[in-house]
Amino acid sequence: MSVIGAAAVAVQVGGVVAGAPLLCGLMRQVRARLEGRAGAGVGQPWRDLRKLLRKEAVTSLGTGPAFRAAPVLLVATTAVVAALVPLASTATVVSGSSDLIVVVALLALGTVTLALAGLDSGTAFGGMGASREMTLAALVEPTILVSVFALSLPTGSTNLPAIVSGALSDPDRLVSPAGLLATAALAVAVLAETGRLPVDNPSTHLELTMVHEAMVLEYAGPDLALVELGAQMRLTVLLGLLASLFAPWGIATTASAGALAIGLAVCAGKVALLGAVLAAAEVFWAKLRLFRVPELLAGSFLLSLLAVTASYFLSGA
Amino acid sequence: MSLLRKIRETGRVAEDAPPRPKPGDFPALAGSAQVRCVDAGSCNGCEIEIAAAFGPVYDAERYGAHLVPSPRHADVVLVTGPVTRNMKVPLRRTVAATAEPNVVVAVGDCALDCGEFSGGYGIEGAVADVVDVDLTVPGCPPRPEQIVAALRTVTGR
Repeated sequence: MSVIGAAAVAVQVGGVVAGAPLLCGLMRQVRARLEGRAGAGVGQPWRDLRKLLRKEAVTSLGTGPAFRAAPVLLVATTAVVAALVPLASTATVVSGSSDLIVVVALLALGTVTLALAGLDSGTAFGGMGASREMTLAALVEPTILVSVFALSLPTGSTNLPAIVSGALSDPDRLVSPAGLLATAALAVAVLAETGRLPVDNPSTHLELTMVHEAMVLEYAGPDLALVELGAQMRLTVLLGLLASLFAPWGIATTASAGALAIGLAVCAGKVALLGAVLAAAEVFWAKLRLFRVPELLAGSFLLSLLAVTASYFLSGA
Repeated sequence: MSLLRKIRETGRVAEDAPPRPKPGDFPALAGSAQVRCVDAGSCNGCEIEIAAAFGPVYDAERYGAHLVPSPRHADVVLVTGPVTRNMKVPLRRTVAATAEPNVVVAVGDCALDCGEFSGGYGIEGAVADVVDVDLTVPGCPPRPEQIVAALRTVTGR
């Protein structure tokens, strides 16, 4: 039991670390093909990371511990989230600690360390990016919390594996009004949290439109590799969380090696599909003006609030 | 929906990859090169050709080259134009800000020998007079294929 449970944690973390650059490569490839390009191939983010790790480490003049610690902290918090969140299996050794509030707090910790690093770099764009990121985070974190609360109400627990297994045993919850509203709210929150269109453009070169990119302009070499890997891992984990919460079929619920293998394969397939759909949708979207973004996020928060209300009144609790 | 129809009708516009040029001596940058453009005083003709090189038709990104917003992220600095007096120090600082190993590519005739602008009162000199140049792309302006070929010698793809 505990051997397979520990293996499940290792498989989830290893899968997220190894798969995150591939997911990013897949999304860029889908976008390139829709734009009529040939594309750099799915392995390109891995080649970028390998190249960055070989490069000289540069620490900008006048930066302090916040700047130096942020890349490692970002990857570390995301790796812990990858271990906690039920991606491939709900029966892991840490499933008892996999609480929604812990997961959201760890994600927020990663966001805050990067924002502090942006401030610490002392450049105008770093501070501007940090201020924008905090504005967005203040609207996104409550949405993630409240929309998952809508699903946790019928289960009676904020434990994520319990929510996922509860939804597996009673799939009607997912197509209830509460489930659908929560899906929409969480999808928008995930887009904002991972810095995708229409909230932030990950491939922008214009400093004035940047949010995430503006904070990491001063990173070079291995530090930049960690920051990029961290951002890709966050995208993978959040898409995986979205898939596990709203399409939990295939996830391993027992601690057996076969179920774990199936769970991993199904999870990889679901995340790849979500990523491809997101990349294809992004071709049709333009970035929202920054002052319109809070309206979008407030709308998604409203949806999540409605989801909780509907969940409370309609479930007859 | 009209955009969807357009995507389907257009299909792939990227031209077939020309034969791989002889790779240069940049083992650390194999397969991946982040590119930062510096306009040291160009007439913007070369910039238009660089934009075309990264557009869908020539698609320099398929060889692992990628435009980045910061010299800290860059491996390759594409310098265009003769270096004007005002851009001498910023150009040096930009190249100094990139992490080693880095490659400086002088793009266009002006970057090589000041071209049309040689002898101008605001001109400091060619790019090689200000920073060490590793690769050159001649032409006024150079064709996108030539810029892509220079980037491919860096990435070796």
